[in-house]
Amino acid sequence: MWDETTLNMLVQGVGETLYMTLMSTLFAYLIGLPAGILLVTSAKDGIRPRPALYKTLDVIVNVTRSIPFLILLVAIIPFTRMVAGTTIGPTAAIVPLTLSAAPFVARLVESSLKEVDVGVVEAAQSMGASDAQIIRKVLIPEAVPSLIVGCVIAVTTILGYSAMAGFVGGGGLGTIAINYGLYRYQNDMMLVTVVLLVLIVQLFQGIGMRLAGVNDKRKK
Amino acid sequence: MSQPIIEIRSLGKTFHTQNAEVHALNDINLSMEKGDIFGIIGMSGAGKSTLVRCINMLERPTEGTVLFDGRDLSGLSNRELREARRSMGMIFQQFNLLMQRTALGNICFPMEIAGADKAPAKKRAKELLELVGLSDRAKAYPAQLSGGQKQRVAIARALATDPKVLLCDEATSALDPTTTRSILALLKDINRRLGITIVIITHEMSVIEEICNRVAIISDSRIAETGLVRDIFNRPKTAAAQKLVYPEGRYSQRPISKRCMRIVFDGSSSFEPVIANMVLENKAPVNIMYADTKNIDGKAFGQMVVQLPEDKDLAQKMFDYIRAKGLSAEEVSDYVG
Ligand SMILES: Nc1ncnc2c1ncn2[C@@H]1O[C@H](COP(=O)(O)OP(=O)(O)O)[C@@H](O)[C@H]1O
Ligand SMILES: [Mg+2]
Repeated sequence: MWDETTLNMLVQGVGETLYMTLMSTLFAYLIGLPAGILLVTSAKDGIRPRPALYKTLDVIVNVTRSIPFLILLVAIIPFTRMVAGTTIGPTAAIVPLTLSAAPFVARLVESSLKEVDVGVVEAAQSMGASDAQIIRKVLIPEAVPSLIVGCVIAVTTILGYSAMAGFVGGGGLGTIAINYGLYRYQNDMMLVTVVLLVLIVQLFQGIGMRLAGVNDKRKK
Repeated sequence: MSQPIIEIRSLGKTFHTQNAEVHALNDINLSMEKGDIFGIIGMSGAGKSTLVRCINMLERPTEGTVLFDGRDLSGLSNRELREARRSMGMIFQQFNLLMQRTALGNICFPMEIAGADKAPAKKRAKELLELVGLSDRAKAYPAQLSGGQKQRVAIARALATDPKVLLCDEATSALDPTTTRSILALLKDINRRLGITIVIITHEMSVIEEICNRVAIISDSRIAETGLVRDIFNRPKTAAAQKLVYPEGRYSQRPISKRCMRIVFDGSSSFEPVIANMVLENKAPVNIMYADTKNIDGKAFGQMVVQLPEDKDLAQKMFDYIRAKGLSAEEVSDYVG
């Protein structure tokens, strides 16, 4: 089975998986990062309490997070066609992956920023920092190690979902696994895709944890 | 006298919590002069932190006004208020340094916020590190510094924007006694050299004695007493003040006689062994119940409580002896264990 076509297919599969995962993570952060920041700043104990805004965001995040990924994937097919121009392949998969990951990312960002000591925020306020300055110069920089750890969790979760998207024609390692491993009973092929997925997760995990460690000045 | 740097007029603050209204401050009136080291002392929960946070409007008062350098802070827009806060540095019990920035980076922070250029800010930060005696730790992160060093960085940071006032909320409460003294000495030095008015919030009388010239005693959300430290220390009028001047639990012995004399050293007499001489002259022993004398502002300052002999005439002689030495002495009999 290790002929050139199989190898090429696996290489392409890994490439598509990485493409879907990383692009979806990027777009999920474009939505989730500002949403997470708003959740923190508009909360009751935030720097600019806005109860109505907070409640609205909170509900949206909770509702979208509770929709199972496969159902979301199918339910938004018309939207996916509108945005990506197609409903199959890795590019099309990025749309549901992004929408499903964004609220999750918002929560991750929220919990990271909440770890920042309120005393430090207060000190910045006592120096005359504006809300925007507090976000840019206090909340985010102080939370960097935790944000990186959150990002690793987001990437690996999205990677798992991308394999699920592959089952319904999203491309990548998930599609290979289902086409060869499941439909053609090629157990070795199934094993190879699983090993590759595990390796990719380990890679992200390793890079992320190292980055978080390097960036954390709280340790001596 | 010139216009006070901080004037607090009928200030009140009520917190509305789910279950109740908390009146954290009630009708507070205080005035602090330029160059003062003004102490605000009270028990935990008295409202000290709320009061100091009202001074820079981190907490918006629900009643009354705060005048800073003649300007009513409650009337300012958010932008004007942020501007005004640059003239009021603040330091905290927990230091509140940015953990992901070096000592130097922390001191640059308020200047960055104010839009200062990088290079001059860095230069000034280095000067400030020198002022607080930490030139060699510029590149250290807060996690690598001791509590006292962190507070020095916080002080340098608070001074970065050339404030007129430095607000200190329990700045030494997380530090050991030796470090506390060195931080207080630094604050005093800053007050003298830079002429910055300092407001010290504390629950420890020793901090007030050590550096403040004026003090306000806050108790149950109100100012119980305010004035010069030596006056309040010598003659505390209110119960709240007395409780702070003679803290409970510091008398270990039960008196045998009920007649006690409290002697106050207010710096006017030389530091001779006055008690020993009194005993020698009267040939009668006394029991030292309590003693707390210190060198404050270069003078002998403090108090002592001695238990006198039961003999009334002998006791009177001892009073006369002490008073003849120019010390103030009063009879106390109501604090018997
Ligand atoms: N944000 C708040 N909400 C409700 N109550 C508060 C708040 N801040 C302080 N208080 C209450 O106000 C009182 C004074 O608190 P504080 O000023 O912190 O006292 P101190 O600093 O003297 O210990 C306390 O009873 C405290 O519980
Ligand atoms: Mg307090």
